Amino acid sequence: MAAESMSASASRSMSASASRSSPGGGTKRPLSGLQEKDQLSVFENAVVDEDAGDLTDSEESLFSGLEDSGSDSSDGDDDEEGEGDDDSGVEEKDVKKFSKRDVKMREVARKEEGESNGKLAGSDCSVRPEQTGLTPPGDEHEGDTSDEEDIRNTVGNIPMEWYQDYPHIGYDLDGKKIYKPIRNKDELDEFLDKMENPDYWRTIPDKMTGTEIRLTDEQIDLIHRIQKGQYGDVKFNPHEPSIDFFTHETMIHPVTNHPAHKRSFIPSLIEKEKVSKLVNAIKQGWIKPRKPRDDTPCYYDLWAQEDPNAILGRHKMHVPAPKLKLPGHEESYNPPPEYLLTEEERLAWEQQEPEERKLNFLPQKFTSLRAVPAFSRFIHERFERCLDLYLCPRQRKMRVNVDPEDLIPKLPKPKDLQPFPTTQALVYTGHTNLVRCISVSPSGQWLASGSDDCTIRFWEVSTGRCMRTIEMEGIVRSIAWNPNPVHCLVALTVDQSVVLVNPCLGDKLLYNATDQLIASFVKPEEESIQPVEWSAAEGDSFDKGLRLTIKHNKMVKQVTWHGKGDYLATVIPDNGNAQVLIHQLSKRRSQNPFRKNKGMVQCVLFHPIRPYFFVATQRYVRVYNLLKQELTKKLMANCKWVSSMAIHSGGDNVICGSYDSRLAWFDLDLSTKPYKVLRHHKRALRGVAFHKHYPLFASASDDGTVIVCHGMVYSDLLQNPLIVPVKLLRGHEITQDLGVLDVTFHPTQPWLFSSGADGTIRLYT
Amino acid sequence: MGGLEKKKHERGAATNYITRNKARKKLQLSLADFRRLCILKGIYPHEPKHKKKVNKGSTAPRTFYLIKDIRFLLHEPIVNKFRDYKVFVRKLRKAYGKAEWGTVERLRDNKPVYKLDHVVKERYPTFIDALRDSDDALSMCFLFATFPRTGKCHVQTIQLCRRLTVEFMNFAIASRSLRKVFISIKGIYYQAEVLGQLITWIVPYSFAHDHPTDVDYRVMATFTEFFTTLLGFVNFRLYRSLNLLYPPKLENKPEESGLQQDDDEKYAMDSESYMEKLAALGSSLARVVPSNEEDDVALDEFPTDEENAMLLEERQKEQQMLEKQKKLFEGMKFFLNREVPRESLAFVIRCFGGKVSWDKSLCIGASYPVTDETITHQIVDRPNLDKQLINRYYVQPQWVFDCVNAKTLLPVEDYFLGVTLPPHLSPFVEEKDGDYIPPEKLKLLAIQRGEDTYENQTESEEEEQSAEESEEEEDEDMDETEKQDEERLKNMEAEKVKNKPLNVKVTAGSVKVENKTEVSQREQAEEKRLAIMMMKKREKYLYNKIMFGKKRKVREKNKLAAKRKAHDDVLKAEKKKSKKIKSQ
Repeated sequence: MAAESMSASASRSMSASASRSSPGGGTKRPLSGLQEKDQLSVFENAVVDEDAGDLTDSEESLFSGLEDSGSDSSDGDDDEEGEGDDDSGVEEKDVKKFSKRDVKMREVARKEEGESNGKLAGSDCSVRPEQTGLTPPGDEHEGDTSDEEDIRNTVGNIPMEWYQDYPHIGYDLDGKKIYKPIRNKDELDEFLDKMENPDYWRTIPDKMTGTEIRLTDEQIDLIHRIQKGQYGDVKFNPHEPSIDFFTHETMIHPVTNHPAHKRSFIPSLIEKEKVSKLVNAIKQGWIKPRKPRDDTPCYYDLWAQEDPNAILGRHKMHVPAPKLKLPGHEESYNPPPEYLLTEEERLAWEQQEPEERKLNFLPQKFTSLRAVPAFSRFIHERFERCLDLYLCPRQRKMRVNVDPEDLIPKLPKPKDLQPFPTTQALVYTGHTNLVRCISVSPSGQWLASGSDDCTIRFWEVSTGRCMRTIEMEGIVRSIAWNPNPVHCLVALTVDQSVVLVNPCLGDKLLYNATDQLIASFVKPEEESIQPVEWSAAEGDSFDKGLRLTIKHNKMVKQVTWHGKGDYLATVIPDNGNAQVLIHQLSKRRSQNPFRKNKGMVQCVLFHPIRPYFFVATQRYVRVYNLLKQELTKKLMANCKWVSSMAIHSGGDNVICGSYDSRLAWFDLDLSTKPYKVLRHHKRALRGVAFHKHYPLFASASDDGTVIVCHGMVYSDLLQNPLIVPVKLLRGHEITQDLGVLDVTFHPTQPWLFSSGADGTIRLYT
Repeated sequence: MGGLEKKKHERGAATNYITRNKARKKLQLSLADFRRLCILKGIYPHEPKHKKKVNKGSTAPRTFYLIKDIRFLLHEPIVNKFRDYKVFVRKLRKAYGKAEWGTVERLRDNKPVYKLDHVVKERYPTFIDALRDSDDALSMCFLFATFPRTGKCHVQTIQLCRRLTVEFMNFAIASRSLRKVFISIKGIYYQAEVLGQLITWIVPYSFAHDHPTDVDYRVMATFTEFFTTLLGFVNFRLYRSLNLLYPPKLENKPEESGLQQDDDEKYAMDSESYMEKLAALGSSLARVVPSNEEDDVALDEFPTDEENAMLLEERQKEQQMLEKQKKLFEGMKFFLNREVPRESLAFVIRCFGGKVSWDKSLCIGASYPVTDETITHQIVDRPNLDKQLINRYYVQPQWVFDCVNAKTLLPVEDYFLGVTLPPHLSPFVEEKDGDYIPPEKLKLLAIQRGEDTYENQTESEEEEQSAEESEEEEDEDMDETEKQDEERLKNMEAEKVKNKPLNVKVTAGSVKVENKTEVSQREQAEEKRLAIMMMKKREKYLYNKIMFGKKRKVREKNKLAAKRKAHDDVLKAEKKKSKKIKSQ
């Protein structure tokens, strides 16, 4: 302290020495800017003296905090001190940072100091001129020192990098080189220094001289204040009441005492000339005073001459904006109670998107008119209307006002198309499982049915009485009565074999003749190789009625007779290239008509008159000429999976039922595409049938219904068939998702048989 | 075949349309200016029939204008004014920047303005066209008239809107053209019939607006600019048609002038007071040719043939009804309490010939005080009133509106103070057969037909009502014949199924007498169903759609009816309960 007081009157070098000898300063020399600060503090030594003690105390506490944080992060980088755990830590870090980013900050400090000084000085000189006498002379001195240069190094204000490669960093006043200190301080030294030197945080290197400077308490205090944005001088009060230079009161004496100029007494000639010109112009009426603008619009009869022929503005494409919808009861402030939303409806309304809502407001009820509030979306609605008016594309839409009744096609009345089956007449019960197939004898007296309960039953049609029951070894998938009335034979499929059964019903002569015919077969001498195995029934099975068994090597799906009753065709779906076999009964011979089968064969059919053979695969029906042995036609069924097929007795029309609930009617003369596709059923079609004589056809479906249609085929080739649905027959119950499985017509009467999954057969008459 | 190859998009629809951006470029306008121009000129996008063709094969969403429309805009003088205005703004900004106040003033004086008279004439070549399109104009002006005089838009605009709406209301009063009023939760709807055109407008409740931030007021202001011009000319023409002075002048009746003179000065400045007096809607307007009453031109009797006679008779009846409605409140004196919406009530009452007054402190133009002995009705909207005079009815405001909509004077009993008001129905709903009609409406219709007077309204009516309801339900059933038939068929099937287990025993059966009509109906229904099966796919789709719509309508109607019934049941139960309590 003594040294400091000494330096008050001493020269610059003396002050340097003073700072050198300042406690804790060691060998470090303060920088020029800070040194001035030194001096500054020195002037106020009397005050600072007491403060200094306090300061040191606080600094020590600060320092201890720093050391803590330093030791915490000792493993980390030196520069990157651990983030302060508390406020004080942060503050100290700031300080330290300051000490590191030396030059820059110092310059800032200097500038700010200069500013504050300038301010101080300015305010000093302007605000309180009379106080200048009172301030200590040091104050004025301080104003000058602000832009003094550090003149120990005479290189001036240049980037010090220029001296990077030289051993010296400049020249002193005598022109001698100032050498850089021997820099042997590496990172470790730095770190050790940081750990050991309690003043490390307040030492900064001086780039100009290469020395390190320890900042004094006053300097640090100054830096703190500048960082906080305060004035550098502690004593300066920025909020002192200002005193105007000129008083607001009007003074009697002028501020300056110049005498008025002569020309202010003499009127200007030029002006006079101008004024007289203007006066003349006004008199002559050349200049008129500006009328105040009248912004109020004036209205008149715009449509005085109406031209009704003027097409709205411009052209005939004008579409007038549609008017807004008029409000309904629900918009009333006091609507009938049924228009108010219930709680659920209200919630649903709130959850909907605003565009989706049917009403764009919530209906509400108010007890009186005075309780009705303003509608909050009123402006929105008007705005949206505006947007609609000018942004919405308009289009003339022809709204067709169609009476739905007109859309229904006019069909001939079903009454006029009689006869057709209308009511359920009989139910044949007895089967215990679903009845897959039925067939009527050519005489129309007997009905044969095959079922999943491994039996076949023969019924008398007119009474519904079960005449015979024959147990088979497996499920009966298909059954067909020989169409030739001379024979009394029924063909049926049981698993892998086709069995021919003589039901022994009707005329005794007739069925005995059939038996004889079968027995009269003589084996040919040279036995050809057959794809199947024929065997005649004997003994027990003969008594049961079985006559012949044709054993295939795979499961047989369908069996169908040729019209003459000698040939029968079978479908064996899993049999590779021999999916269809044709058997001749009289010669007990079988043959595979096709070298190759395309697709999975669903069902086959003989043409009733001509030597054609229909093979239905999943999507197509192929028509083969058996005589020429060639493909004649390929019918596109337009469906996914054909289930059944039937042919008109005329032979020119084929219907196909499919599992995707369509029925396709083909006119073979017309096209290979369906003449009509009917989608009457809601579920898969299982069976279709044509009547032999009447223009009727029927389709059975899984939805438990049988639809009877009138399908008139005209002999006139130019007239297309007429198809009219005439009756929807119900009766079968749906069991296991299956409804009606097979359908067939009586050969002579307009009666219809249907067998269903509920184990019944029904007769509709 | 030789010839040049036809290029795509060089003929047909593609050449008739232009996209918005292209149109903008063609007009050399900024988007904002283009928008304003479109609003003022009434140009709107068109939806082309084949969008892809017009869009040159692309499916990008674009708005298309008719190329004719845009070409038509090219010659618009307003476009030049827009450009002038842009220059003006630039100059003004510069002058401000240089602080040349003299220049600023000069520029301000020469601010380019445009007039929309020719646009109005162009868009509406005949007066009827203009009337037909004045719905939006009125609604918008009524809205703008309620805006605060600060912010949002120019004060002049608001004042002009107010002036125009007041003028229109005065015209409606003078011509007695108001037909329907409806108090909705959004505002009050009015419908007037002017020269055979129905004009509907909505007036917001007179509360301060909660100005939304997601609304572009510039768009609305541009619309208002046009609408005010349109409405001004319409008003002028309308006033002329009635031989009224335009701008409107109040009729000076010598006996009233003295009374009113004194409170005028207190109320407002001289320039404003006239407007305010007009807006009060209290007194009638001056005519160019003073006439005592409108001389109605009676319809000439034409010799007519039988068919037209009915029509003519009907029309005459309607005409009579209308005349009666116009004089609905004639000879009545109303007094409006201060809590009721004065303007709308005064407007409605005056439109139907009633005299109306209000508290002197409420508004200018009150013609008689509360104490006037001759007042017949006082409109009050509070639970009770301390001092009630015996020679007048105290009714709630809904009575006035309901009377107007019913076209007759409804009994005041339902609208007394503190009474639960009957529902206020929308007069705009015209029920077709098959629609749901609320029971109140049915009652009203009955009154209008003169079938049922209100005096003997007792419990019996409720029964009648319920009977009506049941009738209604029957009607519904008729609509749903199909459904019913299906049900019937189902029943039949069920019966059949029941009969399925055949009895071996045969018992003597009785002959079932079948209802012939039923049988034929059933047959018809089945025929129809079968015919529907034979429909073509496209027609079936359309048919199903129509039927779906019909069914939905029926469903909605049933829902409303069910709701109402539930509500009424609850009410009845409550009534019974209260009666029981009373009897105990």
